[in-house]
Amino acid sequence: MDKIKRYMAANRWDAPHIDTAKLIKDKDKKAKLDQALEEFRDKPGQLVRVLQKAQEIFGYIPEGVQVYVADRMSIPISEVAGVVSFYSTFSTRPKGKYTIGVCLGTTCYVKGAQDIVKALKKELSIDVTETTKDGLFSLTSSRCVGACGMAPVMAINGEIYSRVKAEDVPFILAKYRDRVAEEENFNGQS
Amino acid sequence: MQNQEKNPIPVMNDQEDTEKQIERVKLEIDGQPVEIEKGTTILEAARNIGVNIPTLCYLKDINEIGACRVCLVEVEGRKSLPAACIYPVEEGMKVRTNTSRVRKARKKIVEMLLSNHHRECTACIRNLNCELQNVADSLGVRNIEPTGETMRYEIHQNNPAIQRDYNKCIHCRRCESICSKIQECYVYSAQKRGFDTVIAPTFMRDLGDVACIMCGQCVIACPTASLADKENINPVWMALEDPQNHVVVQTAPSIQVTLGEEFGLPVGTKVTGKMVTALRRLGFDQVFATDFAADLTIMEEAYEFVERLEQNKLPFLTSCCPGWIKFCEHFYPQLIPYVSTCKSPMAMFGALCRHYHYQERGIPRERMISVAIMPCTAKKYEAARPEHGDGERPDIDYVLTTRELARMIRQAGIDFANLPDDEFDAPLGTYTGAGTIFGATGGVMEAALRTAWWVMNGGKEMADAPKKRTREQTVEFREIRGQSGLKLTHVMLGGRDIHVAVAHGTGNARRILDAILGGEKIDYVEIMACPGGCVGGGGQPILSGRDHKKLSLDYRHNRADALYEIDYNKHLRNSYENPTIQRIYEEYLGHPGSEVAQKLLHTHYRARGNMPNVRE
Repeated sequence: MDKIKRYMAANRWDAPHIDTAKLIKDKDKKAKLDQALEEFRDKPGQLVRVLQKAQEIFGYIPEGVQVYVADRMSIPISEVAGVVSFYSTFSTRPKGKYTIGVCLGTTCYVKGAQDIVKALKKELSIDVTETTKDGLFSLTSSRCVGACGMAPVMAINGEIYSRVKAEDVPFILAKYRDRVAEEENFNGQS
Repeated sequence: MQNQEKNPIPVMNDQEDTEKQIERVKLEIDGQPVEIEKGTTILEAARNIGVNIPTLCYLKDINEIGACRVCLVEVEGRKSLPAACIYPVEEGMKVRTNTSRVRKARKKIVEMLLSNHHRECTACIRNLNCELQNVADSLGVRNIEPTGETMRYEIHQNNPAIQRDYNKCIHCRRCESICSKIQECYVYSAQKRGFDTVIAPTFMRDLGDVACIMCGQCVIACPTASLADKENINPVWMALEDPQNHVVVQTAPSIQVTLGEEFGLPVGTKVTGKMVTALRRLGFDQVFATDFAADLTIMEEAYEFVERLEQNKLPFLTSCCPGWIKFCEHFYPQLIPYVSTCKSPMAMFGALCRHYHYQERGIPRERMISVAIMPCTAKKYEAARPEHGDGERPDIDYVLTTRELARMIRQAGIDFANLPDDEFDAPLGTYTGAGTIFGATGGVMEAALRTAWWVMNGGKEMADAPKKRTREQTVEFREIRGQSGLKLTHVMLGGRDIHVAVAHGTGNARRILDAILGGEKIDYVEIMACPGGCVGGGGQPILSGRDHKKLSLDYRHNRADALYEIDYNKHLRNSYENPTIQRIYEEYLGHPGSEVAQKLLHTHYRARGNMPNVRE
């Protein structure tokens, strides 16, 4: 009988009632998302548009936001989660302040893009698709960006770095770290 | 094995009478001329002339998406090989289903599916009843060349009813289709992309952590063992082996018409007597029928309905199906006050067994093991609900599905088909025809109406019930039988016009519930979560195997007909005529709805959410 008791205690299966209105704590962001929902929710096939807005507003789409969107748009949550996990544009984990994209198109690859990725991984101690603990950098790989003449290419928040060598990586990253430190200093003084 | 099911689509022969209404096209399949309705797929056209094209993801009318590509055929004039299950026939088309190119392509596809499939066939719960295994066999797969990356996931089984093994999933999406289109619970959806794709509940949670009603239709739909019932066989064997234990078993009404299928008997064979013998031989000390508890449910429910009718608190929703109860709690919590408070027959039986039957006979409480054979995976969940027990121990210790019972019978080496007949034990094995028809859609309603009719016509005292009633005198309600998804009728009860509705499949239930919320006058509603009621339950034998026609779910008719036949041949066909029921009310319960009855036989429900628990 102990077995059954243990079983019953160990298995608490449920989908509890969730107050979806309380899912998003940040009021400003919630207001922005509500505005997007207001615009799109009654039109068919607008889920992706709403999710794009959510990605813009929050920087990523956590489970709470997915549930909130599903509830407000009366779309099954399984479908929303399916769409979010399908498109690489959507991220379910917070992205860093700076997103590093290394081009892995054919030319860049031949010109040694893999070495850059390796150097970045070592420098940041993260894997591709991950974000550093301090929330500063996210590492991604991208398809050909159409700048094959400048291969290998890497982009940090849209800033393009061409003909990158593995040994350049620490200096490039240092630039961004310095920039953040400066900003913090500036904020601290004012 | 069985010839009762002929494919219903007309072919070739009677051209004249249908020619005017329906456009037909002529084509050639493997050199045979075919003339068939426009819009038919190559697959159906081929099956009609006896050409069998293998399929995996195809479920007629439910999942026609051409995902697995096993049904590839060659069409003259086309470079690529189209999937027969979605490609419509065209005038003058020439199809070849058996060329070396087709055979090679199909074989390669199955080899690739198998290369990423956890191939532990001999130890698999679906061994010898697996569609992937069958297709591989019929295509002659001997060597699985591709040796790429393979999926590695833990088995998800943190719930009492259903386990999900992603390593055996072939991405056919049949579970998703049946859950979204038929049951409308939308539990599954394709998550992630490419090689990482999984057909999974939201956020890849366990089925227990999302709004899943545990009906098990996905288990029936799954071609492999990716979805399976959680087995309880071993603890039951252990309980049976201890001679100090007193193990009682109850069998749901529908088991007696489906168990035979597991042993090669035709669909709809009645095996009540053989089933009882088999259970005795397995070592159960007493073999009882849930049909008896169904009679008890009817007494409680009919009186509750009459009471509610007088209070005008309508509609009145039945509560026998645990899948439907969970569905209501998740998706229509505002209707919970209208659901009958009666426990399901299984739970009533469990409570009565614990508190009445065995206390009287002086069997030590902890030695009484209660097992239930159910056509249903949701019953496993129901038995584990905290309301059904004393907080420490559930009223029902173990729930086995029809399939699990069949496995136990096979493990014990019992030659089922040649067993002699035996009868249920008294007293909790005495039942009327009204209890038996619980297993088919519309059955609960009909049984309840028979008794409600009697109550409203002055039958206030149970002792007034005629001891023997000929079957012809029983009031039948044939309008609410049959397999159409929604059945509506009205009956006159006590001078009032009562609108009754019967729905099976929770998708159909949504139609009725939405109508009720929209203000439609419906007084009495029976809802069964599975299409066809319990005879189509998620714990019933899976008949996909080799014969793909059976996937059309037509077998529900035969099973239900068998139940109505049992009812028709019973002397007692009304719950209030059941002598054990009369005695129990006299000796123990008092009257329907009494305080003791409220405590033992009634329960309560609670609102649940329809979203998974959010993790950050």
